[in-house]
Amino acid sequence: MALLEIKNLHAEVAGREILKGIDLTVEAGEVHAIMGPNGSGKSTLAQVLAGRELYAVTGGTVTYDGQDLLALSPEDRARAGIFLAFQYPVEIPGVSNLYFLKAALNTVRKSRGEEELDAMDFLNLVREKMKLMEMDQALLNRPVNAGFSGGEKKRNEIFQMAVLEPKLAVLDETDSGLDIDALKLVSSGVNALRGPDRAMIVVTHYQRLLNHIVPDLVHVLSEGRIVKSGGKELALQLEESGYAGLGIEDEEVARV
Amino acid sequence: MTAVAEQTGAWLAEFTELPAVAPWAQELRESAFQQFAKVGFPTTHDEEWRFTNVAPIARTSFKVAAGGYWYNRPSPVEVLGLEEARQHLGHYASFEQNAFVALNTAFLRESSLIAIRIPAGAVITQPIEIKYTAQDADPALAVHPRVLIVVGADAHCTIVESYSGTGKYFTNAVTEIVAGDRAVVDHYKIQRESIDAFHVATLAAQLGRSANFVSHSISLGGALVRNDVNVVLSEGTEATINGLYIVNGTQHIDNHTSIDHAKPHGTSHEVYKGILDGRATAVFNGRIIVRPDAQKTDSKQTNKNLVLSDEAVIDTKPELQIWADDVRCTHGATIGQLDAESLFYLQSRGIGKEQARGLLTYAFAQDIVDRIKVPALKDPLEQILFEKFHEHRQK
Repeated sequence: MALLEIKNLHAEVAGREILKGIDLTVEAGEVHAIMGPNGSGKSTLAQVLAGRELYAVTGGTVTYDGQDLLALSPEDRARAGIFLAFQYPVEIPGVSNLYFLKAALNTVRKSRGEEELDAMDFLNLVREKMKLMEMDQALLNRPVNAGFSGGEKKRNEIFQMAVLEPKLAVLDETDSGLDIDALKLVSSGVNALRGPDRAMIVVTHYQRLLNHIVPDLVHVLSEGRIVKSGGKELALQLEESGYAGLGIEDEEVARV
Repeated sequence: MTAVAEQTGAWLAEFTELPAVAPWAQELRESAFQQFAKVGFPTTHDEEWRFTNVAPIARTSFKVAAGGYWYNRPSPVEVLGLEEARQHLGHYASFEQNAFVALNTAFLRESSLIAIRIPAGAVITQPIEIKYTAQDADPALAVHPRVLIVVGADAHCTIVESYSGTGKYFTNAVTEIVAGDRAVVDHYKIQRESIDAFHVATLAAQLGRSANFVSHSISLGGALVRNDVNVVLSEGTEATINGLYIVNGTQHIDNHTSIDHAKPHGTSHEVYKGILDGRATAVFNGRIIVRPDAQKTDSKQTNKNLVLSDEAVIDTKPELQIWADDVRCTHGATIGQLDAESLFYLQSRGIGKEQARGLLTYAFAQDIVDRIKVPALKDPLEQILFEKFHEHRQK
């Protein structure tokens, strides 16, 4: 049984249909890249998988780990092992990173039938994962993402992922706003989490992230549908001939 | 009988039963009672009380009670008797402006009075705690706590006033603080009255030159609550006036503040934050007066409200009276809901919706709590707020 099976998924926001019939099957251990021009529905797909209420699912099914994913609340999806790395991580003044992460980890652990971590074990775990992401420990006592640079916010997302150890990670434009050093760091953080039991969906506009996080499969999304799927060489082909090479109009290119 | 006479009649009976005091005090009480009998309780036609209807207090016959307090006197705090308090009592909280202050002053007696002096130059690190605890009784009791704090020049002190009780009662408190030049005074008021209680209180502070005064007003309980904080600054005085009010159900809270820049070079910072749920109603009225003399005044006022339900109502109004021309005065008010994106972010990490709402609500109040410098106050308050937000959502 596949870890994730999306069938004919339709979704809209404010009455406008964004996803127009997505079919996608992801097996445990696989890394899938979803590429596409701006406005193709990549981020919508990521948010729909995480349960954002802003998007109304109007048709189709999503089966995750044998369950009807669409019937679950966002928190129940997270507890079942889904993690969304946000394109724009949210700043939450007044809630410390440490408190937030501890609450999140203990809820997720509880639902896995594991014991809550005590303060010492939690700190040790957090320190180890922070080292991996080369993050300053002082960030722990700061409010969630508040005053973080763009790069720090993205690293914080992958750091959270490392702490929560999801079964299915959805990375939404994790490369956007990162310089090459930060990109390498984030990618190595992601690669360290690859494993036979964990699947990843990497959503990106550009091929450059996929030089560092090498996908098993690449899908091209256009106007709410997957128009082409292939191996990692498909990403390279896109790099050379652009979306236009596939007969897809890229808004960003069109504007130039 | 007129409506006013009807309301004041029951109080007159109580007034005549008061034990005798020194003639000057008797005179003060009588003038105050006459004032109260003349104006009666305010109505919503009165601009100062436009959004707060005190009819539930006016139509209840209370039995006046004394005592019910506890306070500590860390050295070298001096306790003043009624006689020694004479030159200050009633000088800062005017009974002519406020019927409730008049009523409190009318019921002035030694057994309801806490009057203390911090000698000039004394630095007292241990907080001076004043606790009023009201009892449930039939008929319901009215208490008129009266506090006078005289802080000498260059003295430093922290004062914590707290109010709590059980059942239905009426607390009508007046606190007067007079701070000498360069005095540093941190004042906390924690209002945790019972959910059926009426609480009306005035804090009047007269601050000396270059004095530093901080008022923290935390309001959690009470069915009908009105807080007046009136501060008068001198030259170079710095005043910080902060407040946090949290209401739910059918609670009503009204915070009226008045910051009077009487002299030049004064600074005032004011932040009041409110969290409203259920069908609760809240009022914030922030008056800032800058007198013609008070050049180089720097004043900033902020009122922020977090509204958690569709039925809660907040009325917020700045009231700036600026008579000087070389000043900086800013004010702002916001009314908002919990941020949907922040909620989703927390939920997407496994934190349940209710817990996420509680966390964000707590976070809204965090900066006010962070400014509390007394650990013995801050820690339990954090706990109370956590529990409050939890129980809020259980209802």
